[in-house]
Amino acid sequence: MNQHIEMDSVTLADLRPEQQGEILKIDSADGVFKRRMMSLGVVAGTAVTLDRSAPLGDPRIYTLMGYSLGLRNTEARQIRIRLK
Amino acid sequence: MKSPVTVALVGNPNAGATSLFNALTGAQSAVANYQRVTTSLSTREISHRGVSLRIVDVPGIFSTSSQSPEEKIGCDYLHGEEPDVIVNVLDAGHLDRSLFLTTQLIETGLPRITVLNMIDEVRRAGIRIDTAMLASALGSPVVETCALKKEGIEALLDAVVGVVSAPPVTPLRLHYDSHLEAAIDRVQQHMAELHPQELSPVRSRWLATKLLEGDDEILRHESNHVELVDEIRGEQSTLAHEHDEDAATLLASARFAFSNGLLREVRQQTEDPTAGFKLTRILDDVFLNRSLGLPLLLGILWVMFEATFSLGAIPTDWIKAGVQLATDLVDKTLPEGMFHDLVINGVMAGVGGTIVFLPNIVILFFFMAVLSGTGYLARASFLMDRVMHHFGLHGTTLIPMVAGFGCNVPAVMATSVITNKRARLIAMLISPFMSCSARLPVFILFAGAFFSNIAGTVVFAMYMASIGTAMLSAVLLNRIIPGSGSDAFVMELPPYRLPTMHSVLHHMWDSAQGFVAKVTGVILVGSVVIWFLQEFPRNIVYSQDFETAITEMESRADSPAKDEALRSLKATQAQEKLEKSYLGRSAIAVTPLFEPLGFSWRESASIMTGFVAKEVVVATYAVIYAQEKQSDGLTAALRGAMPPATAVAFMIFTLLYAPCLSTIAIIAREARSWRWAGFSVAYSLTFAWILALAVSKIGQHLL
Repeated sequence: MNQHIEMDSVTLADLRPEQQGEILKIDSADGVFKRRMMSLGVVAGTAVTLDRSAPLGDPRIYTLMGYSLGLRNTEARQIRIRLK
Repeated sequence: MKSPVTVALVGNPNAGATSLFNALTGAQSAVANYQRVTTSLSTREISHRGVSLRIVDVPGIFSTSSQSPEEKIGCDYLHGEEPDVIVNVLDAGHLDRSLFLTTQLIETGLPRITVLNMIDEVRRAGIRIDTAMLASALGSPVVETCALKKEGIEALLDAVVGVVSAPPVTPLRLHYDSHLEAAIDRVQQHMAELHPQELSPVRSRWLATKLLEGDDEILRHESNHVELVDEIRGEQSTLAHEHDEDAATLLASARFAFSNGLLREVRQQTEDPTAGFKLTRILDDVFLNRSLGLPLLLGILWVMFEATFSLGAIPTDWIKAGVQLATDLVDKTLPEGMFHDLVINGVMAGVGGTIVFLPNIVILFFFMAVLSGTGYLARASFLMDRVMHHFGLHGTTLIPMVAGFGCNVPAVMATSVITNKRARLIAMLISPFMSCSARLPVFILFAGAFFSNIAGTVVFAMYMASIGTAMLSAVLLNRIIPGSGSDAFVMELPPYRLPTMHSVLHHMWDSAQGFVAKVTGVILVGSVVIWFLQEFPRNIVYSQDFETAITEMESRADSPAKDEALRSLKATQAQEKLEKSYLGRSAIAVTPLFEPLGFSWRESASIMTGFVAKEVVVATYAVIYAQEKQSDGLTAALRGAMPPATAVAFMIFTLLYAPCLSTIAIIAREARSWRWAGFSVAYSLTFAWILALAVSKIGQHLL
């Protein structure tokens, strides 16, 4: 159904500071991780921006649902987004 | 009506449930501005308008179904206990995220009250919330509070009493799309058949929803009903097939759709919605700056230890003067004799020598309260995550580590925030290396004696050494302990907040009380024991006849040379008496072990007694030197007793060797094994010995 969106989708780790992203899907087989991320508001349709990166570029702080969430790039790469 | 009525405070981590608990019950539970300060349930009973209420503070959860181990206590409580009323504590500034939990709580069917906490922050940002509309949409009363300022507490208690005295209302029901509803219906039906008469319709629907969501815990309960398990798997795969998403995602999306829609109705943003957190952005531009962030973190810690040393010096002088006054008074009133010596050289020296560090400890705790209360500690773990990751540690480990600066016991307990079992064990084993406040007196004494110009920096360096050793040892433990796996770094960065005066003062008061209790307890007893050990046996066979020599010397004509000779004779005698006492003999027996490090029997004695609690190290020194009648004080006596390199080696050894008895006990409890506690002792002794040796060898060339 949304296969072509998936084709050119990028991950949260690719988001640049000036860009606006929208969450599409969590690509992980780990159910606990997935449910944990969802309970933090990482669900399809949520708007997300990159707030800032730690001194070595990892982890990074994202803004979503009006709060700041710190995530490592390993985890961010499992979250697919669409650039707006 | 049940009595007492159980009222559970449930909310996201850092939503302020514990502050609310304190405001409601008058408790003094620890609060700070980062997640998961509360790691266990606490309960207090109060009474309001004649109704007795059992208030339970539940550790924060984001969801009832995420099943991450740090949320386990909270989730288990909701599943197992069924409180009479749920007080759902929401951070009013973060409603978009926190209403998710609310949607799950609605499904439990239990009576609820919705609390919009930290409402002041929202008002300041110019946001208005229509509470009447919110209440009718959520099917619960809504109360606005500001727990730290104790605002809205009466209204909340009234609402609780109102809910328990009112007749039960039909619980609200969330509606999902038709496929999901049908699947929930079928599973619910099946559950009801398997457990006839046990489950209310609300409860069975809740369980059905959670089973579809993939709640392994509930599934395990039902594991003997093979058909049910098969049915759930079937429903899940059909849903996944029809919607291209798993059931958990469908349910989560539906819940967020509900809360997003609701918020569009009830919330009016009169200004820029991020306006309230503008200050946080500005501060983060500085504190999380890519080039400035880490140097600033170091700088802040340096200021903290420098101030601990130098600001502490002033009140310390007053206490010293007070101790001197008391000693003189006792000296004059008590008749000469053994009891006189015990009080002056044992109790007054040991207790008085330790109590002078009270100001330093209180100042250290002031800084720790500010760091954790403002939200900076969460930033520090964010900044350090990458560095710590290299050492096989997790950024959030920093919080238990910094807590370790106060005391290692809560630090070991705080490792329960770490999900992975092995990672947790490693964090537990490295926490005794964190320099707790019991070691602070040793550093302040030695740094003041040997490096008075840069004493604050030396103290700071010792703390850095403690972090460094902890990290190095994590690398080693990662190799020794079998297994693998680490946690994801998922952490909310809360907005900066001003800690309340009350909580900071409470922190300082608490630390002062704890320290005084220790001084008047273990230190007092320790000083008395040490005094007896160094005073006995009395029938010492001296290497020369001191009595005759002294009498002979006294009969000579007065001259400066005579005074000098007499003083030296008496000192030699006192020295020999100490060395032949029980304390001296046992210390001398183990001294060969410490000789490579340059330690004399005095250091060995302090190290041995310090096993009990590290404050005793200073008390032992004080008692030994009081006995040797060094008039120019402990500081000068120490300066004469060893070269600076040995002093540094001794500080390093004290920093690292064997955790105190309480810490050993807590490791055994938390790791559920005395073997790991024993390992911790052996491991830290080895580490301490090797590093102290290295420091003393290198130091001999440098200092």
